Amino acid sequence: MKIAKLSLNALDKWVDGLIAGRKVFGVQVKNDSSSLPGEVSAGSGAVEKFAFTGLRNAKDLRLDYDVTLTPPKSYFQPPCEVMLKFASPSEFESVFAEEEFVLLGVHPYDMAAINQMDKIFSTGEYDEHYMARRKKAVIIGVDVQTPSNNVFAACMDMAVVKRGFDILLTRIGDSYLAEALTDKGTALLKNATDAQNANAAGLALREKVWEKNRKLLRRHELRVAPRDIPALLERSYNHPVWEEKAKLCFSCGSCNLVCPTCYCFDVRDEFHWDMRGGERSRVWDGCMLKDFATVAGGHNFRKKKLERYRHRYYRKGKYVPDKIGEISCVGCGRCITVCVTKIAQPVEIYNRLLEPK
Amino acid sequence: MMTNSFSNFSRRDVFRPEPATLKRVRKMTEMETFFELQLDSNRSLGHKPGQFVEVSLAGIGEAPISVSSAPTGESTFELVVRKVGNVTNALHGLKEGAKVGIRGPFGTSFPVDSVMPGKDILFICGGIGLVPVRSAIRHVLNNRSAYGRVTVLLGTKTPAERLFVDELDQWRASPNVALYETVDSGAVGWKGKVGVVTTLIPGLPLDLSRTLALICGPPVMYKFVILELKKVGMQPGAIYMSLERHMKCGAGKCGHCQVNHLYMCQDGPVVRYADILTVPEAI
Repeated sequence: MKIAKLSLNALDKWVDGLIAGRKVFGVQVKNDSSSLPGEVSAGSGAVEKFAFTGLRNAKDLRLDYDVTLTPPKSYFQPPCEVMLKFASPSEFESVFAEEEFVLLGVHPYDMAAINQMDKIFSTGEYDEHYMARRKKAVIIGVDVQTPSNNVFAACMDMAVVKRGFDILLTRIGDSYLAEALTDKGTALLKNATDAQNANAAGLALREKVWEKNRKLLRRHELRVAPRDIPALLERSYNHPVWEEKAKLCFSCGSCNLVCPTCYCFDVRDEFHWDMRGGERSRVWDGCMLKDFATVAGGHNFRKKKLERYRHRYYRKGKYVPDKIGEISCVGCGRCITVCVTKIAQPVEIYNRLLEPK
Repeated sequence: MMTNSFSNFSRRDVFRPEPATLKRVRKMTEMETFFELQLDSNRSLGHKPGQFVEVSLAGIGEAPISVSSAPTGESTFELVVRKVGNVTNALHGLKEGAKVGIRGPFGTSFPVDSVMPGKDILFICGGIGLVPVRSAIRHVLNNRSAYGRVTVLLGTKTPAERLFVDELDQWRASPNVALYETVDSGAVGWKGKVGVVTTLIPGLPLDLSRTLALICGPPVMYKFVILELKKVGMQPGAIYMSLERHMKCGAGKCGHCQVNHLYMCQDGPVVRYADILTVPEAI
């Protein structure tokens, strides 16, 4: 049995079984009971927001979510990740993640981003820290049911992705199809005791979902094929749009923070109370932040906002693609949502570059 | 499932420093201190001239430092550290026998084996730029017959900031070596030339058909040096330079050292000018 059909009840039962056996992080509503003191909690009519968090009950799982506030990258590259422990000024011990976990409800565009990160951290210098976490993960994906306001994954050919998932879930009517794509996935899906075999009609419905998602996951219409973006950027280095947008930039790094393909990091040491032992950690950093390219002595190699703003677009659309063969923007639309001054808008920028200056 | 299919022992962690000991510490100037180090494993560092290491002081951090000694196969290597940040300030407080962590060597090197043999070499250094270039100069002088005429141009801010003063005299006295020095602003007792390093270039007796230029200095220096070299007819393919950036992880991942698409910790610090002509952020 490779593709199973699970009723909603069967799915819940299977998920509760997963939770009983291992750590499961699933997509849940973020803004109901978790409001901070003094914050107005989301009442009826409020827009629901979603996040990956520790899942305790299948009933809390929201596979119909539109987009999570932040991408699942923190499960593979935590915002602060201890890499080394030390006991003296020169003796360092590597620390690697050991715990297995399940990530439940990853959207295809986010899976595409994880696939890219896998390539980046495993080629050239092999990054044992990232890969240790990656190898401990089981990723259960779900096809998008509710397109978010700013998603444009279809423009980036990321509306439908199967590679990388251990299991892919697709909602069809009152049930889910579950396809195991790896041995890990097959083993887990065996625990779904109430599953049936998917029939031809079910598979046809799944095709329909994919067809629909390729149409709907384009809230912004990109007028250039992803494969042509590097060449477009190649000839646009001095385009006026960079300065025009950058002058509104606060250099806040929000776009870096929510981007599923931003992985730049800083490294920091912390002593224990004895001032001998301690940890060396890597923490998220962002190329939009003012001092990202500053060297000792104070010289900043990307001092202007224009330089930082342009650099980020070139990383996504040219530098990283030249390395890994894929555009490093998956069309999740998160940067568009979080940007305070509305200048993080990949679709608008690329379309603009198509026009004469 | 893949539990326990790999153990910590089989993993090479690129971020893990190895212990080393400070064998010799000498204060050079107000800002620079010389260190001779030995890896506790006793293995030779195995660097090439122009490469750098990451020096760790646990709890304080890591700093990228150019190796200043020539690759001789010996188990010790030399660094010159300017105190400008947390790690380098702490290093200046250490005494002989103290331990540090070392990663590397990282990055590209001056082409001492591939392009330089048989050529005349023009070394141009500004200030602390002498530190990595010294590795190449010493290598050339150690293997004197393999290279042609050597010219060293050296610019320093003030006489008090000159590095390797005794060694400069030895180089001057070596066969087929010319060394020209200048300071940006003189001082009492300074009898040498005053002016920026570029003023040493016009009129140099260079055989352009067989000369390579190797440059290292502060960021502002490059475009002016290159302008002067172009004036005397030097081609971009004959110019090599070491570019400073913040090399943080050394693994081409963290993003800090990026110059457009290039990661200076791997694609640099030494680059050929002809190869970066179209890289806008390089110079």
